[in-house]
Amino acid sequence: MALATRTARPPSLIGSVWRSTVGKKAVMAVTGLIMLAYLVAHMMGNLKVFFGAGEFNHYGHWIRTVGEPFLHREWFLWAARAALSVSVVLHGVAAYQLSRRDLAARPAKYAHKRPRASYATRTMRWGGVILGLFIVWHVLDLTTLTVNPNAQEGRPYENLVASFDRWYVSAFYIAAMLALGLHVRHGFWSAAQTLGAGSPRRDRALKFLANGLAALLTCGFIAIPVGVLTGVVS
Amino acid sequence: MNLTLRIWRQRTPEAPGAMTTYEVTGISEDMSFLEMLDHLNEELILSGDEPVAFDHDCREGICGACGMVINGRAHGPERTTTCQLHMRHFRDGDTIDVEPWRAAAFPVVKDLVVDRSAFDRVIGSGGYVSVPTGSAPEAHATPVPKAVADLAFEHAECIGCGACVAACPNGSAMLFTSAKVVHLNVLPQGAPERGSRVLDMVAAMDDEGFGGCTNTGECATACPKGIPLQSIAHMNREYLRAVVKGGRGR
Repeated sequence: MALATRTARPPSLIGSVWRSTVGKKAVMAVTGLIMLAYLVAHMMGNLKVFFGAGEFNHYGHWIRTVGEPFLHREWFLWAARAALSVSVVLHGVAAYQLSRRDLAARPAKYAHKRPRASYATRTMRWGGVILGLFIVWHVLDLTTLTVNPNAQEGRPYENLVASFDRWYVSAFYIAAMLALGLHVRHGFWSAAQTLGAGSPRRDRALKFLANGLAALLTCGFIAIPVGVLTGVVS
Repeated sequence: MNLTLRIWRQRTPEAPGAMTTYEVTGISEDMSFLEMLDHLNEELILSGDEPVAFDHDCREGICGACGMVINGRAHGPERTTTCQLHMRHFRDGDTIDVEPWRAAAFPVVKDLVVDRSAFDRVIGSGGYVSVPTGSAPEAHATPVPKAVADLAFEHAECIGCGACVAACPNGSAMLFTSAKVVHLNVLPQGAPERGSRVLDMVAAMDDEGFGGCTNTGECATACPKGIPLQSIAHMNREYLRAVVKGGRGR
């Protein structure tokens, strides 16, 4: 007699991954790593601001011509923007849904309070919200130039200096970059765990890499408003 | 030792509970935490009060029945089960907060007793190996490398007490589920159901209303059996592998 086995068609793969907490975290991890890779490239390109207006504006122009003549002008740029937009939205939606679920899974709090987890871990949710708001402002300021005081198309160097010359803008930017550092510190290691890359042997290396990336990104990005405020970049 | 206890008292699952203060005197530092509660309960019974309800069974730290949150930590300040926690880890005059496991998937039954049958349903969804019944197979028929046997045993140590869920800020059962998945998935006996096991157990875990993992590491710190945090990464790896392989079987 044959044993009864399940023969029903399994549910669709993408649907079951998205519905599961483990799968949804994997989506967060992949989209987070895409954004992290972008940030490393973004920071390295932006540090060209220290080599003067000519070189920085040339870099800004080059981004629009990447891939020519195979690609049309700005196609690469728009492809990157599309990938990043999808990543931000998926990352945010997954985080929101998982957070709702997590809060519902612990409806009653303990009477005996004590801090749970590290500061970076505890600030992931609100830190993420702050970063989301920062991205909106950052795009309005330096991409669409809607709120930029200089707002000259094709002159990113002058726009950047004009924006960071206002101390409160620089302060907000620096605060956002500190939030970014904390987010990456926990996020990179957590993404490695979620994607199954963590192991007892690799744990120290992964934590070191997470802290290194966080410090590199934070210091690299903060150098720019500091450069403008101290007059090194003007 | 004389202690002030603040214990969660709740008569029924529906009744509102509250932290209630008791003074206990004459506690020996060699008593276990449960013996200290036995001492309190004897006094409560003698004075005509309802004794504090709590789960316990072997009192040897191997069954997983006992468990309460002591001063905000699952199983208290030491890495052990509540029954193996001794009063020498507290000081005379201490105030100790005692609460039940808190999670939506672990509803309070009475006082410090919670319903952990959600764990049974997670186990039922995949925490087994399908083998033909009959006489016991020859022990050497299936060789298991020493390193694999050790890894499986490390995870088989999980006693299902629920401390990981109680400690997790998200009420997540990831450490429990990963201990069960890794235990069976690394062994040759568990290989035929390697993919379906992890998918079914994760789905069952989600269905029970446990939260997701945010890698805070609280679970592995609380675990009396020392199931490592990396088990969760191992289960995630098994999950993604099963998804890539199309969901079923090996």
